[in-house]
Amino acid sequence: MTQETTRPSPDGASTAAQASALLPAETMAELREIAARYPQARSGLLPMLHLVQSVEGRVTPAGIEACAQILGISAAEVSGVATFYTMYKRRPVGDYHVGVCTNTLCAVMGGDLILERLKGHLDVGNDETTEDGKITLEHLECNAACDYAPVVMVNWEFFDNMTPDSAVELVDDLRSGANVHSTRGPRVCTWREAERVLAGYPDGLADDGPAAGPATLAGLQIAREQGWQAPAGADGTARATGTTERGTESPVAAGERADTRRAETETKVEESPADLEHEDEPADQPVDEAGKGDSQ
Amino acid sequence: MSDVLTPVLSDNWDMPRAWTLESYESTGGYEGLKKALGQTPESVIELVKDSGLRGRGGAGFPTGMKWGFIPQDNPKPKYLVVNADESEPGTCKDIPLMMASPHTLVEGVAISSYAIRANTAFIYVRGEVLHVIRRLQRAVQEAYLAGHLGKDIHGSGYDLDVVVHAGAGAYICGEETALLDSLEGRRGQPRLRPPFPAVAGLYAAPTVINNVESIASVPCIVRNGAGWFSSMGTEKSKGMTLYSLSGHVKRPGQYEAPLGITLRQLLDLSGGMREGAELKFWTPGGSSTPILTAEHLDVPLDYEGVSGAGSMLGTKALQVFDQTTSVVRCVLRWTEFYKHESCGKCTPCREGTWWLVQVLQRLERGAGQEGDIEVLLDMCDNILGRAFCALGDGATSPITSAVQYFREEFEAGMHTPASELFPYQASTVFGAEVSA
Repeated sequence: MTQETTRPSPDGASTAAQASALLPAETMAELREIAARYPQARSGLLPMLHLVQSVEGRVTPAGIEACAQILGISAAEVSGVATFYTMYKRRPVGDYHVGVCTNTLCAVMGGDLILERLKGHLDVGNDETTEDGKITLEHLECNAACDYAPVVMVNWEFFDNMTPDSAVELVDDLRSGANVHSTRGPRVCTWREAERVLAGYPDGLADDGPAAGPATLAGLQIAREQGWQAPAGADGTARATGTTERGTESPVAAGERADTRRAETETKVEESPADLEHEDEPADQPVDEAGKGDSQ
Repeated sequence: MSDVLTPVLSDNWDMPRAWTLESYESTGGYEGLKKALGQTPESVIELVKDSGLRGRGGAGFPTGMKWGFIPQDNPKPKYLVVNADESEPGTCKDIPLMMASPHTLVEGVAISSYAIRANTAFIYVRGEVLHVIRRLQRAVQEAYLAGHLGKDIHGSGYDLDVVVHAGAGAYICGEETALLDSLEGRRGQPRLRPPFPAVAGLYAAPTVINNVESIASVPCIVRNGAGWFSSMGTEKSKGMTLYSLSGHVKRPGQYEAPLGITLRQLLDLSGGMREGAELKFWTPGGSSTPILTAEHLDVPLDYEGVSGAGSMLGTKALQVFDQTTSVVRCVLRWTEFYKHESCGKCTPCREGTWWLVQVLQRLERGAGQEGDIEVLLDMCDNILGRAFCALGDGATSPITSAVQYFREEFEAGMHTPASELFPYQASTVFGAEVSA
């Protein structure tokens, strides 16, 4: 990384006054507040840039300069960070950032067609904003909701199981100012309001929306129907709710029973060979994998 | 033997307002923290070692061992960093966990931080999940107010501060050393190892970085014991875990089961493939794990089983594709992703992914050239093991495995567009809808 000690830390009042001129005083105060959350102030840079976007509608030169002055680093260093991350925008973003997942699974399931349809309907290309300033359209990489594919995000809220038609309806509602609720969250706020939450300033909407959508609960629901649960724990129960009675049924029998409630397949669950098959397998993963993929 | 599905992490997800402290405590939440604070930090580490818990973020490194690497004679502060940057294509387990029950993670953070003697912990969550961030922020706030975080937690004399930190859109930040650079306010680029983060991590201080699911698995181990946890799973892959089923299946979603369940079992439980569909290929743990086919339906989905089949368990992201799907199209899209997300630090990945896309693009449109497959494999050979971090390695996985199982589709790419061989409309979930 580049030298960080070339610029003195701007603790002096004159430097602070100079910085105050860049953005509204309350924003400057909040930027300092974010930096103070961390053992080392520079760790605050990502949330600080989110706050800049919430105030300025994008990462502006003034916002970059403000962050640089508060952190005592160069504007070039801040720019280097701002240009690395895709959520930071250098052009104004509309009230609603509409992201269509076109990573492989969502694309195959229909994301590509949704994006094409929206481009045509809104008459914009990727990463462009409609003339009325309402909607910025962008294709996204995987947003961690693959069990709800195809997925669309509005201001980083989930819109699950979309189709080209439902996506058109969604953007029409957004443009007309209708109430639009996320599938698993609150009524969508504006992009700037969302950026403020990302900067670490809660908006009080945490309790809106459900705990989970249907796909999230798919396995749990089957377990409930079958009476399956984890073994009883040291204190007599693995969970505080439900029964501590343990089923004695084998997985084979249970699997067969599971089959009886479905009309569509006759396939039997075979006993897992997990305990039988790979005792002879080497325990070690290849060095490359074990050593490098650690937390990805 | 355990039941087929064993909800533990997901067990409270169907409760009313599951994300609140009140709901979480009603099922014994934070009892694990109280129990842990009554023991020495060393004994908590021993407990997690004994449980056999292995990292749920991909590589499966033993969690307790990782904690044991923290040099306690180092005078610097110790840090816990939770990797909540879930971005691996297909992976969708940590986000619903934090949405439904953020306190499970927060309790895990408190116990884990206590074990490694950290007084500051960070939850680095990707920025693109607004409502999850709201829930995390609220959960941390509630935990402070209830005395589960902050000064002198439950009279133990132990202090812990937790910061929820939103990222800004970069897949590479899921790589643990890139995450640290990002958390220090820099571009997210991986660091050379050694030194490992346990010795010189955040601010060059001893740091443990663990995946969300790994940390969320700690409270139940403390409450129920190491033996309870290791009674589930297989010989070397202990415990229960979240399997994420997606794609051309009847009932996609989260399935929590002991390690070692098979895709066949999961498909049978969930109603199988979508109507009229046959399984063509699937990923066991995200796009960075080599694809598998129908011949691998009975492979035990544990670390050793999937490894034995030539792939990796990864994040247990089971992306399932049926016979309507073009392999070449999928591989191209994944490769475009790696190209986009390459941080640019090392040449093999930065340049290699760019060239891979060029070749795959022409194969997709049916304009491939003689020798393109060999060129692809040769490039992969020059990236794998030569890139700075696992992103480059991961980029080669879909390509080499797809050529291994579906070489004829790449050969067809020399004369026929993929969209002709596999009309893309047929792969969608709304085939009947008139669109585009």
